[in-house]
Amino acid sequence: MPDIVVRLAKIEKSFGPTRVLKAIDLDFSAGEVHAIVGENGAGKSTVGKIIGGYYSFDGGRLEVFGELVASWTPRRALQRGIAMIHQELQLVPALSVADNVFLGIEENRGGVLSGTEIDRFRALDERCGFGLDPAAEVRSLRIADRQKVEIMRAIARDARVIIMDEPTSSLTADEAERLHEVIAWLAGDGRTVIYVTHFLDHALATADRVTVMRDGEVVRTSPVASETKASLVEAMLGEPADVAFPPIPPPPDANAAVLLEVRGLTTDSGLDDVSLRVRAGEIVGLIGLVGSGRSETLRAIFGADPIRGGDIRVAEASYREPTPTASVNRGLALIPEDRRKQGLVLTQVVRPNVSLPHLRAISRLGIVNEAAERRRVRGLIDHFNVMPAAIDGRVALYSGGNQQKVLLSKWMFGGPRVVLLDEPSRGVDIGARRRIHDFIVELAASGSGVLLVSSEIEEVIGLSHRAYLMSRGRIVGEVEPRGTTVEDVLFRLFEIDRGMTPRATAATA
Amino acid sequence: MKRALDRYSLWAFVRHYAVLIIIVVLMVYMSLISDAFLTPRNLLNILNQSTPLALIAAALTLVIISGGFDLSTGAIFGVATVSAAWLAVNVDPILGLAIAPFVGLLLGIANGLIITGLHVHSFLATLATSLVFRGIAILITGGFLIQVRIPEFIWLGRGRIFNDTVNVAVLFMIVFVAAMMFLLNRTTFGRRVYAVGGNEEAAILSGVRVNLVKIGAFALTGIASGLAAAISVSRLSMGQPQAGVGYELQAIAAVILGGTSIYGGEGAVWRSVAGVLLLQLIDNAFNILDVNPFYKDLTTGLIIVAAVAASAAGRWRR
Repeated sequence: MPDIVVRLAKIEKSFGPTRVLKAIDLDFSAGEVHAIVGENGAGKSTVGKIIGGYYSFDGGRLEVFGELVASWTPRRALQRGIAMIHQELQLVPALSVADNVFLGIEENRGGVLSGTEIDRFRALDERCGFGLDPAAEVRSLRIADRQKVEIMRAIARDARVIIMDEPTSSLTADEAERLHEVIAWLAGDGRTVIYVTHFLDHALATADRVTVMRDGEVVRTSPVASETKASLVEAMLGEPADVAFPPIPPPPDANAAVLLEVRGLTTDSGLDDVSLRVRAGEIVGLIGLVGSGRSETLRAIFGADPIRGGDIRVAEASYREPTPTASVNRGLALIPEDRRKQGLVLTQVVRPNVSLPHLRAISRLGIVNEAAERRRVRGLIDHFNVMPAAIDGRVALYSGGNQQKVLLSKWMFGGPRVVLLDEPSRGVDIGARRRIHDFIVELAASGSGVLLVSSEIEEVIGLSHRAYLMSRGRIVGEVEPRGTTVEDVLFRLFEIDRGMTPRATAATA
Repeated sequence: MKRALDRYSLWAFVRHYAVLIIIVVLMVYMSLISDAFLTPRNLLNILNQSTPLALIAAALTLVIISGGFDLSTGAIFGVATVSAAWLAVNVDPILGLAIAPFVGLLLGIANGLIITGLHVHSFLATLATSLVFRGIAILITGGFLIQVRIPEFIWLGRGRIFNDTVNVAVLFMIVFVAAMMFLLNRTTFGRRVYAVGGNEEAAILSGVRVNLVKIGAFALTGIASGLAAAISVSRLSMGQPQAGVGYELQAIAAVILGGTSIYGGEGAVWRSVAGVLLLQLIDNAFNILDVNPFYKDLTTGLIIVAAVAASAAGRWRR
């Protein structure tokens, strides 16, 4: 029996009225990589944050290295050798790598720094072998390297337990693989890695044991060898998974109206001579690796980024100098990739969020007709099956999938002609994902045009009539999704853009 | 489940009504220990004295909800005061009173244009413009007081109606506050104010013309400062460039007392007005009880700390 380093017994946690952990029992051993997987809202991040001291718990016992802990804070956790690496990294961008690693534990005499960080860094790096430049400013580093800084920071404090919350969510496939090597090294060094993720492939590839959570409860903990992706999905959902895509409507015929036509679009955000067209009733995908200009294309068309050259036509009318305001008026909708930062106003409830772009439609002389507003928001919330189904619900407390549905409701309010969708199903649970896919199909069937961006190539292939390949800000080809596989697409991208290592899980955008 | 729900709504309640609770407690306390407090005359007096600050705080709430800050309301008040007095003496008393809100509007728009046009944070921009505005006020008077000994000039500040009980100024205040509440809660402009302060990026991507919303909020605060100045200068029959020094901070204090988030996106006009009334109530209590006024700032400060702590506890508790 290996040493148990952290043990949770009957841990309870509620946020306001919502019970997020229901008497959880869980233990973690020395030297193991222990993945926690589950849908959004299952409580997996909450477990990590409780162990790391970021959240208090309402009931139950937390034991660390065999001792019961009482008041547990990030500071105490760190003193006892437990470090947490957050999804959003907690580094000081303006400081150097070495200064960040030793932040708070610098050698000093009465508060005056001894300036030994670089030497200490070299000693530490000999053990880790990450090969980072200690003098580089953290803000100049790539995300993967910043993560290494966080990991070194944990090791510098001699953390025996390292909690990683969705560490691969902003990494490329290549970088994720390198992170997994680091994780293996940490475990080999006798440390415990608690790896919270929703990427099942990543959990299966790196973990020794995996715990599946659902609705605030532990479904099971088992050795990774006895699990498969399908068995994990089934345990997460509580029922056999339906991961297929809905059937898409037939492609529009050649004389269907061209709703969006872009020619020679060039921007400061990196687009170079991008041309594409979307017909009524057509779902068009944009496929490319991270940084290829997919999101930038959507943003430029919508007027969110300034454009330097090129023509845009919407419904066969010239559209010069796009701005978001003018785009809304022309029937364009942009569903941005980051719903919390770019999509929703989290200080507000559902209703004003949904009606925000279309206040003109429900007001006279600037006065909002609240009865009409309630009626229309009610209809949309029911249509998308948003839970909780309250029109004045606190959207900040909703799960990722339901927030995304609120965002879709917001843009369907005005009946858009062209919908620009950026990562519509990122970070949502499988039920919501299916609902979102149905929505894309509904849009096309109703005669709208859809331009779809997703890091999940499978999603674009499964839902598009046509797809463009993008690389380095340019359209580099077109694919016919039927009869194409993810591997084919990646191979083509790889041919075009050598130097990247494609994998089937290029989902890691 | 039940317990958690109760605790959650309790904190939300505290955050929204802390200022009212303190007002009620203070009023009960005062009426128990002093006969002079709970009289119509004293209460109307409190209302009357709150008027200039209540006007400013009501409009400032919109700026703060939109994610901004206005440190120039006191200086706008100063410019509007001397403009009104100068015009009253040199041209016409009624025109003098009428010009004050327009001066405020102009200076408020100037604030908004500087903030949105130069992409300066409103805190810095209005800190700078408050110095400029004060300078303008001094230039208008040459540094002197302007006495206005004209009977038609004082009706706005000192006039009363309803059998000589309620001040005209209080009516102006009530109408203005009601207008701000309507604007914030029932109009498209109000919705956009909340959206801009709650998540500017999301507002931009929703087609909200964020700059216009910000300029609008600062313009309204300018008008309010000008209107407050008109009432005040009419009351005192005298315009001086240093009028309204410190009003900007008192107005901000009142808005914060009302539980409006300084991070933007949340808040309500009536609560800011309640904040002003609370500040005035404390002032009144010191007068009635004849306590050493040295303790007044201290007490006020502690109450603000308590109110802010209550709202922070409600917001950040996990």
